[in-house]
Amino acid sequence: MAVGQSIRGYADAVRHRLRGGEAARRGLRVGERGPLLVILGLIVIWLVFQGLNANFLSPRNLSDLSVDIAATGLVAVGIVFVLLIGEIDLSVGSVSGLAGAAFAVLNVYLGMPEWLAIIVAVVAGTAVGAVHGFFFARVGVPAFVVTLAGLLAWNGLTLYLLGASGTINIDEGGLVAALTSLYFSGGIIAYGLAAVGTAGYFLAARRSRRRRRDAGMPYRPLAEIGVRTGLLAVLTFATAHVLTLFQGVPLALLIFLAVVIGSDLVLRRTRSGRKVFAVGGGIEAARRAGVDVARVRIAMFMVSGTLAAVGGLFVASGLTSASPTTARAAGSGMLLINAVAAAVIGGTSMFGGRGSAWSALLGALVIQSIASGMALLGIQDAVQFMVTGGVLLAAVAADSLTRRAAARARGSIRRSSRSGRGAMLH
Amino acid sequence: MAAPPLLTLRGVSKRFGGVQALVDVDLQIRAGEVVALVGDNGAGKSTLVKVIAGVGPADQGVIEWEGHTVQIRRPHDAQALGIAAVYQDLAMCESLDVVGNLFLGREVHRAGILDEVEMERRARELMHTLSIRIPDVRAPVAILSGGQRQAVAISRSLLGAPKVLLLDEPTAALGVEQTSQLLDLIEELRDRGLGVLLISHNMGDIKAVADRVAVLRLGRNNGLFEVPTTTQERIISSITGAADNAVAHRTTGEEGAWP
Repeated sequence: MAVGQSIRGYADAVRHRLRGGEAARRGLRVGERGPLLVILGLIVIWLVFQGLNANFLSPRNLSDLSVDIAATGLVAVGIVFVLLIGEIDLSVGSVSGLAGAAFAVLNVYLGMPEWLAIIVAVVAGTAVGAVHGFFFARVGVPAFVVTLAGLLAWNGLTLYLLGASGTINIDEGGLVAALTSLYFSGGIIAYGLAAVGTAGYFLAARRSRRRRRDAGMPYRPLAEIGVRTGLLAVLTFATAHVLTLFQGVPLALLIFLAVVIGSDLVLRRTRSGRKVFAVGGGIEAARRAGVDVARVRIAMFMVSGTLAAVGGLFVASGLTSASPTTARAAGSGMLLINAVAAAVIGGTSMFGGRGSAWSALLGALVIQSIASGMALLGIQDAVQFMVTGGVLLAAVAADSLTRRAAARARGSIRRSSRSGRGAMLH
Repeated sequence: MAAPPLLTLRGVSKRFGGVQALVDVDLQIRAGEVVALVGDNGAGKSTLVKVIAGVGPADQGVIEWEGHTVQIRRPHDAQALGIAAVYQDLAMCESLDVVGNLFLGREVHRAGILDEVEMERRARELMHTLSIRIPDVRAPVAILSGGQRQAVAISRSLLGAPKVLLLDEPTAALGVEQTSQLLDLIEELRDRGLGVLLISHNMGDIKAVADRVAVLRLGRNNGLFEVPTTTQERIISSITGAADNAVAHRTTGEEGAWP
């Protein structure tokens, strides 16, 4: 980190002199290097699996991948919110199972309209998160214990709800089923979305550049904005092209992307988001700045519970059923581990204060690519579990090393102000 | 004669359970003046700062602000008057950048949407006017040195345009060069007309920037000295109790009896 900083500082200084202005100072920001590494890793994974099985990069498999990342990814976005305040939510797998079961029971057995059952299931997730947040922030129980208790208890409730009926098949033509089976075919929608996204990025970057220039501050050169926009255009149009080759743009992908972009804007651009980073970066500082720490903490667990429930509806949608078997699987923690792994692999720190909603997308892509590739190769679950566990450990180890390197760069490892899980991990 | 002092404390007392932390303490801070507050550990320095900052209000005593009696019951009261404090532990959000830390809790925003450009502009302006050199205002505070963090903490306290600045052991964790930069900054603030209360253990710092030194011993005033005309030994003996109250209480200068 220290070396990286000084090299970057040197490079900046050189460019500065070459171009003769402060404008040159804004190249790659610190936070942009991690995601680039993940993207490189993803490309390697794709090339390896493509080498082993020529179907891996087929439009069909890539399209399926974009649908399969939605459930894990949505849960991972919720995990990002909780990780940003330096905590963990171990209950998300069980809560997602609960939401799927609640929806199925309400809709199929009690005849509640689908839209209402969806709302109730999602709000149930929010309420569960509020309970976790209350016990953590107001009562003072460490978050990993509260949510560990939740992992068991909510799974129990799910099995109890399904107990009388066993497997419940949901309406295959309904709203929930559509979450993972609806595609917007036709190139206009796919390419149109790619164009809108690219243009939106370009206009926002140009506006920010103008404002910075008018305020007499360093700003990005137009050429750099052009290159970035170009890269984004290549990425989005290539995605649109591949998706069009199969069935079109999946609704699941659209919803997931909307949640990621919305979460990212809230976290980076609003006062509420700033409070989240403040609590994660230094509780005492946040408190002195007037942030209601307990409220932020409860809110984060509510977000995590809500998105776990939404993810659960996607799981139910993919299976078009809710059953005791899948509920037990949800309780066994595969979705939880995948979601946490996705968030951390994508670059969100376990130690709070560092991370982004985009890490859920990147990490979910990595996790699902590995799962999909191994499934294509016919590798058994046992090996998949070991690989996923190994990848998670590697990501967390990288996170820990980054943190220690940053601390050493300052000459001393500052004592952690966090308690509970953070202290346990040291 | 001149304008009334910015801040005057008369007969301030505070008790924690059975411990009398402050007894009948007097203190004055005038505009464009650095007052050093010294004393042994447990003499009541930090308690006094907390009284002034509204973090731990006094039990008894009168606080006057620009000649008018005021109540300081909460941190907000002190801020509203124009009193800012920088505590020893600094308390920053490690992962937020310099701009984010400066504006934490008072972000510039439009309908909840942060105005990053405006915040960065003001941050740069402030850093520039104070001659603070931070390599990148968008760097996370975690990578800054101790001196830079201190500078950021002080800048942060100055955003609200205070008239009195309380600094609790600002040089304790700094190296030689960083200390001298900080002392330059304190002089700069004094020249801008701020009243600065500087808590320090370091006689060198005090000799360098303080105009007056107020000594606390066992929660009581134990002397007030004009720095240029007082020897270090005299101050130290006041701190340790070797010099008694009556002698030390005499002050030089035109104002006569203190306060």
